[in-house]
Amino acid sequence: MTSRLGKAWLIAGYFFLYLPIVTLIVYSFNDSKMVMLWGGFTFKWYGVIAHDTEVLDAFKLSLRIALLSATASVLLGTLAAFAMVRYQDFWGKTAFSAHINAPLVVPEVITGLSLLLFFVTCERLFGWPDRGVLTIWAGHTSVGMAYAAVVIQSRLLEMDKSLEEAAMDLGCKPFQVFYLVTLPLIAQSLLAAWLLTFTLSLDDVVSTAFLSGPGSTTLPIVILSRARLGLDPTVNAIATITVAVVSVAVFAGSLWLSRQETRRAQEQAAAYREGMQQVAA
Amino acid sequence: MPQTNQALLGEGEAAHRDIAGRTGDGSFVRIDRLTKRFDEVAAVDGVSIDIRKGEIFALLGSSGCGKSTLLRMLAGFETPTAGSIQLEGAEISPLPPYERPINMMFQSYALFPHLTVFENVAFGLKRDRMSRDRIAETVEAMLNIVQLKPYAKRKPHQLSGGQQQRVALARCLAKRPKLLLLDEPLGALDRKLREQTQFELHNIIKKVGVTCVLVTHDQEEAITMADRIAVMSNGRFLQVGQPHEIYETPNCRFVADFIGNVNLFDGTIEAVAPDHCVVATNGGRLTVGHGITGGPGMAVSVALRPEKIELSREPPADRASNCFSGRIADSGYFGRYSVYRVTLAGGMKLQVAITHSERNGDLFVSGEEVYATCQPESLVVLGA
Repeated sequence: MTSRLGKAWLIAGYFFLYLPIVTLIVYSFNDSKMVMLWGGFTFKWYGVIAHDTEVLDAFKLSLRIALLSATASVLLGTLAAFAMVRYQDFWGKTAFSAHINAPLVVPEVITGLSLLLFFVTCERLFGWPDRGVLTIWAGHTSVGMAYAAVVIQSRLLEMDKSLEEAAMDLGCKPFQVFYLVTLPLIAQSLLAAWLLTFTLSLDDVVSTAFLSGPGSTTLPIVILSRARLGLDPTVNAIATITVAVVSVAVFAGSLWLSRQETRRAQEQAAAYREGMQQVAA
Repeated sequence: MPQTNQALLGEGEAAHRDIAGRTGDGSFVRIDRLTKRFDEVAAVDGVSIDIRKGEIFALLGSSGCGKSTLLRMLAGFETPTAGSIQLEGAEISPLPPYERPINMMFQSYALFPHLTVFENVAFGLKRDRMSRDRIAETVEAMLNIVQLKPYAKRKPHQLSGGQQQRVALARCLAKRPKLLLLDEPLGALDRKLREQTQFELHNIIKKVGVTCVLVTHDQEEAITMADRIAVMSNGRFLQVGQPHEIYETPNCRFVADFIGNVNLFDGTIEAVAPDHCVVATNGGRLTVGHGITGGPGMAVSVALRPEKIELSREPPADRASNCFSGRIADSGYFGRYSVYRVTLAGGMKLQVAITHSERNGDLFVSGEEVYATCQPESLVVLGA
């Protein structure tokens, strides 16, 4: 009885999670200008966006900003995580820690607004920077860095510290320890942090709305403004492509990870059996 | 504490009891009044010791006694608060770990998981800017010593615990260190693997001839592996000596209790002669086969190892030995030997270990009346 009830809840949960996405995908094949009225199956909206220069330009810009800000976030996030984990005490560590975590809890509207005010003041005083790619990039990086730092920090904390000591013991200077041992060992978390900040940047609307200038419209901004003018099936098509790309990437990624995990466990078990046989012999 | 205890021992016994273990000339590593404080708490408190070339020296103590801090100061991971460390006469305490001719095998082995066995062993050699051929040659030689040549291409997680330990050892030895440090070398291994590994490790170190300092909380490990042992407590050395000295002639209650099992009697001295003394204890009057420097009336402890006691059902004919009568409280059969706990007339429980030298030897059962005897030479007087 309980298990049947549990199953019902589970299914209700899945509906809640996936029904909106499924609806969106289905209606992207709708051959009718009216979004919520089914008018037969068609691929035409996909054709339309392929020739929509506004969408294509916005997509390219989003991609460029996401690449740049993910990379910058991981670089800065690594440094920040290192400072937090490897240095016991330094002047202002609490303030630094608060600064790293602030973007995670401060509403993005506030972050966006404060950055906007800052850039406007800068522009008035120094005539630089114009609002555009640079300011969006800076905004995304300041948020992304916080996420990256948290991800990398947790990996650094769980890493066996004696690995770094062993490297030093074997003759590595501190910098060599970092790039010969630490970096390869946290590589997976760097990749995870990069993907996370890339996605965050790619779909960011709020701070981008504050920081973008004329001629620097990202894809989410385009979608938002079109949706505001009245729903348009092209938006559904864009969204469907995004969902498809993301699901394939996530699915492939987790498959690869679980395969590796299984192989590793098998190899470990084999090594253990072998060891036991040698003891017995 | 140890200083006062030393005074109790006869002169012959005290001769090899220099707590600093000063050996005069042959000193290879000289640690002098070394101290490490963490926020006013002294983890290592003014320790001095000379370690000879080629010696395996064990630091033995329970967790928190300062043994690991001492080892980490030798490796260079901790900076001493005071004192000096000299290697072949040169002060090394200001040097960072990567400039010391010292290598450490970590308790977790700290093998680099992203590198193969070969690359792990070669890691330290590459830092020395050795040529590729020389590196390959050295790594091969090292893997031969630890009998892991067929495993060169494997990653650490593809090895068993014992094999991982040997890779860690090979990685240290490849650098040809002047001093090898082992942190709980057998701590991460299964019980069954330990015994075998213990001897292998000892043989390899002796074959290579490297001077070695090892840290352990396991007395058996220290006794079987080391040439000399320092028993540590609260950041200080309580006793330094060869394994049999530490075991047979402990200099204080702590050492006697820490190494192996021991029966401790509390009592006062009744009479002292040059070659023996008599102590009145809670277990009866004991004749101890060595002289002491204290006088009658002094409070002392007497230590007696369980395996140095004999049990019989009849009173012993030999009047010279110490004899207790009592009743078997409980017994444990361990195959090789049995352990009995005997309740003595005074209420004290005496632990006795009897080796089974015959297949169908006699076993005592609980409740039996027995006589326990021991020779005066088996007893050691310690400070109370």
